[in-house]
Formats: sequence, C-alpha cells, structure tokens
Amino acid sequence: MTDPTLPQEPTRRNTLMWLTGAMGVAASAAVGVPLAAYLTGAIRRHPEDWVPIGKVDDFPLHETRLYTFENPTHEPWDGDAGKSGAYIRALGNGEFWVFAMNCAHLGCPVTWVPAAGLFMCPCHGGVYYENGDHASGPPPRGLYKMPWRITNGVLEVQAPHLPTLQDTLEKPSTMVKLPMAPRDVT
Amino acid sequence: MKRRLLSLINWFDSRLEVKKTVMPMLEHPIPKAAAGPKGWWYVFGSASMTLLFLQIFTGICLALVYVPSAAEAYTSLEYLNYKQPFGWFLRSVHYWAGSGMVVMVAVHMTQVYLHGAYKYPRELTWLFGVCLLLLTLGMAFTGQVLRWDADAYWGVGVGASMAGRVPILGPVIVEMLLGGPNIGAATLSRFFALHVFIFPALLVTLVGAHLWLVLTRGISEPPIPGKLVDPKTYDTTYHAELKKDGVPFLGDAMTKDAFFSCVVVLVVVALAAVIGPKGPSGLPDPVLTGANPRPDWPFLWLFGLLSLCPAGLETFVMLVFPVVLVIGLLLVPFISNRGERAPSRRPVAVLIVLIGGTALAVLSYEGATAPWSPVMQAWSSDPVPENIVKRLAPLELQGANVFQMKACRNCHALEGVGGRRGPDLTDVGVRLTRDQLIDQVSNGTPGGGNMPAYGKHMDPNQMEAVAAFLVSLRPEGQPAAKTATVTTQPRP
Repeated sequence: MTDPTLPQEPTRRNTLMWLTGAMGVAASAAVGVPLAAYLTGAIRRHPEDWVPIGKVDDFPLHETRLYTFENPTHEPWDGDAGKSGAYIRALGNGEFWVFAMNCAHLGCPVTWVPAAGLFMCPCHGGVYYENGDHASGPPPRGLYKMPWRITNGVLEVQAPHLPTLQDTLEKPSTMVKLPMAPRDVT
Repeated sequence: MKRRLLSLINWFDSRLEVKKTVMPMLEHPIPKAAAGPKGWWYVFGSASMTLLFLQIFTGICLALVYVPSAAEAYTSLEYLNYKQPFGWFLRSVHYWAGSGMVVMVAVHMTQVYLHGAYKYPRELTWLFGVCLLLLTLGMAFTGQVLRWDADAYWGVGVGASMAGRVPILGPVIVEMLLGGPNIGAATLSRFFALHVFIFPALLVTLVGAHLWLVLTRGISEPPIPGKLVDPKTYDTTYHAELKKDGVPFLGDAMTKDAFFSCVVVLVVVALAAVIGPKGPSGLPDPVLTGANPRPDWPFLWLFGLLSLCPAGLETFVMLVFPVVLVIGLLLVPFISNRGERAPSRRPVAVLIVLIGGTALAVLSYEGATAPWSPVMQAWSSDPVPENIVKRLAPLELQGANVFQMKACRNCHALEGVGGRRGPDLTDVGVRLTRDQLIDQVSNGTPGGGNMPAYGKHMDPNQMEAVAAFLVSLRPEGQPAAKTATVTTQPRP
C-alpha cells in the first residue's frame, strides 16, 4: 500500500522488499529442492536383482529348508543385516515353493517345524501350512511368495525387500516411479 | 581478594546483565502453599528435567564410543559393556535414567491432570507437555533401535509392518522409515539421527517453551475444593494472591525440587549399578530364526493391546487408536478449562486416571508374559510329564510322541508347562469325547482361528494314537467324556 503523498523513497524501499522476498524464495528453493530430493532418495525404483541359490537338481525333493544369502539390495556396511533368507522346497519337475521368512502379520521371522509340517511365528502365534497358506493365528494372509526363476539349471530368487501387506514380493514394487537413475549394482 | 572477585563478577554482569534478567526469573513469586508441604506434589516436572540432563550427559559420553553402523554397532556395544572402563555403567545409567524419565513424565502428567493444573490459563503448557511426553516415548523407541540387537532389528520390522498398513502411503512410509528396501545401515543411521539430533533438539526447545510458560503463567496454586477457575477473574485473583503472600521460587520450593531430583538420581544410579545395562540381546541377524522380539517396557502395553484385540480391529488399533489417544490428550484443557480443580470434586478425572492406570498396568503385564506367543522350543525341550507317561498304554505312548513331534506343545501346556496360546490339555479327556478331539485336531478351529488343521499332517495311525493319548489325559478315577456336552465352537 503506497501512500501517494510520499514520493521516491518508499517506492525504492518497497522494491527492495519485493526483491528480498523473491530472493528469499529463490534461495529457499535452491537449498530446499535438492534437500527434498535427498531426503526422498530412499524411495526409488529398485532394479530387479536375482540371486543364485543352487543347482535345481541339488535341492532335496519335498523338503523345506532355509537358504540364506547376501541380499544385493544391501550395502557392504550393513553387516549381518545384509543377509536375507528364503524357505525353499523343491516339488520336482522344476517346480518350487519359495517363501520369505517374514510373517505376514507384523514381519517377525517364522520358523519351519519339519516334524509338524508347519511354519510358526514366535511373536503372536501365526501358523502357516507347508504350502505357505495361512493355518491359524492373526496373519491376514499366507506367507509372502518370492519370485524365482531357473537360469541354466540354477534356481535364482529375486532379491527381496521387506515385504509388507501392501508391498508384497509377488509383484515387484511398482508403486514408486520417480525419474531417478536406478541404483548402481556393480 | 573477595572484593576483587566481586568486582570481576560485576565486570561480567555489567555486560551480561544476568542479575537483571535471570535472577528475577529464579526469584519469581509462587503461591505460598506451593512452597509449603503441598509443594511435594510439584517436584516431578523438575525431576523429569534432571533426568533429561542426565540423559544428554550420558548420551554424549556413549556417543564418544558407540559406532552407529549396522555392521559395527553390536560389537561396539559389547566393547562398551566389557572393555571400556565404566562403559557398562554408563550404558546402564542411560537405560535406567531413560526409563525413569518415562516414569517421571507420566507421574508429572498424572499429577497435573488430577490437580486440574492444565485449566485456564495453562492450556498451552499442557499441550507442550503432551508433546514432551511423545518425544520422551520417541526417545525410548529410537534408543531401543540403537541397541542394535535382535529386539531392535525385529522391533523396527514390526514398526515398519504397522506403518505399511497405512492406506496407499504405507509402502512409501516404510521406505522412508527404513532408508531403503530393507532394514540395514541406513535404518540405523536414521534412528541415530532421530535419537541424537532431531528429538533432543525438539525436547530441549520444548522444555524451554514449557518453562517459559511456567514463568509467564505462573505455577498453579494447590487446588482447594470449592475454589473454581473462572477465566474472567482467574488472573486478577492469582496475581492479587501472589502480591499478598507469594514467596520466591528460589527457596523452599526449589529446595524440594533439588532434594527430590537428588533422590531420583540416586535411585537411578543404584538400579544401574545393581541390575546393570540392558542387552544387547541376540545378534541383529535376520536369518537367525527363533528370534523372539520383545519391545522395551514403555511399549509392552501396546504389544499387549495389539495381541489381545480382535483381528478385525487390529489395523484400527495400530493406526487410528494412537492418533485418537494423542488427540484426546491434546484436547484435555479445551474440554474442561474452568471450574473445580480439586480431585475430591472431580470424580470423573480420578476415575479416568484409575481406569487408565489399571489398563496400562494389566496390558503391560500381559505384554511382559505374552501368553499368546507360542513356546517355540516346547515340542523338543518340555517332555510329557513323567506321571502322565507312567500311566500310558503303548498306543497312548505313541500318541504322546506324535503330540510332541507335531509341536502341539508349543501352544498347549501339560500340567502348566508348554505354550499357553491354546488351552492346557492336562484334563482334556474329561472335557471332550474322542470324536470331538479327532474333529478338533483334524480340522482345527473352523475358519482359520487359533488352531491349525492337522488333518493332512497326520496319517490315520498317528491320528488314532494322538486321540488315544488325549482321551487318556484325565485325573485318576475320572471317566472319559461320553456325550458331546461341551463343544469348543458353536456349530453352524
């Protein structure tokens, strides 16, 4: 609001004020935009990594076992946390059951009890049948199935992320597609 | 000498003006009764703050040695426990003072609520206080994660799984929380930043604001039944009373605060020295099965609540209920900011505290004992009790064997030993007929309830044997159940 009775001076002051405001916006954006990109950097499309587990013929038939591997989505400084596991059972004819270790309820690690033919979770008592179906307890679904494939006679599983109810392993995560370079996997 | 010291002090003070600014704050007048015997009700806030300072001090000391790297954190905790001189003690004090801080903040809040001290004109003081409570709990959770062991690892996993249920945004929140697709180094770094930079900065700032409000709005006078708070007249009356017989805070009131703070610190140090530091427990290795994660005690009630609520309500209890609870706390001074302050005239407030306290205590107890968790090793580590085995016929003995091998014991106790997820089966032969037992074992709880269906996991011989064993589970001299009078589930 400029007072017409006041000449030159206030107008110049006014201009400076507007200019300062604009500069402030520019400065905030210059710092803020890269910062926002940095902070949301955790969310990006993960490339498909495949982990070789073993030769198809080496898996004992109809026996569920825990196979552990270094998860390629991890960094070298992750230590033990960089490991992942999969419960795998060979069904013959190149067919497999491959389940993540995480309970579908709240993510605790399930244990395979071979004599009972059940997966049991220690946290809230979720139980699954050997085919991964929900048997009893609070889980709202069966065990998370991990995508797998056979390459040159070797069973490979897709490197898993932490599976949650809306971001399972069955369908690789498609929810976030930011225009970002895929992570370097060398 | 003394004069020279005095002139030196004056030299500084003429520049810093401490005497003009800080001293009046310390000497600000408070209601006379608050400095008397009733002043002992007012010591919990300052004790919380003392513990906060102790936490900052021990926390900085721990940060000098602790390595916030997923690969090294566990080893550095063991180094602190066993090699660093007094490292175990500092970890211990940090844990117990943190626990003490949660207790003191809760007690302080309860006292303020019961005495109606949140009413006009101290609504904002209460709001900041609620934020301080949340930050204190936030520190407890993030601190638990820095103790990078199996509990920490799976605790984050459980937290992420809950966050993952948020409609639409769930997966994004999970990745932001973990700093990537899995729990790893980025996760620990995030929680480290929260625990040592972000939350403490907020805590100290809010404590400042909280104290500023205590200064500007004044300490509430001890409640007197029948003396009502009226926003129109409160300030005038309060200040008139202060003018008449107010006493400076620096004096009896502050001495009480200091005395109680010393007691609290001594208790914390005694607990720390006698009981020692917490953990680290098992390795933070996601492929080690048999991990049985438990939250630290401030969250046991939530663990209990989540485990006991019906499955259909679960997501609501995880995501909506805590928000409702916090909003409820924030609204307290706006629901009632006038009228009676004395607890003797506010039965509803007393009832809320009693019910809330009982609920927290019961849920925490349930969370600590966790009867819903199967005993994962019971099938192999808890044998069928000897006096049961002694009276078994060969077929029943075979059944006992099947019973153990099929891990029934993980959820069912015999003579009180074993899991408590399902009923104790010591006398089941009296309650259920052979047909009912076979039905229950074969089909489990209809509709995927609490018991898996074993029908496809036992051959007819095993089923025969297990049924014989279960029927034999009766006190001596009692006949087996003959008619199906007791059903476990109503049939459709």
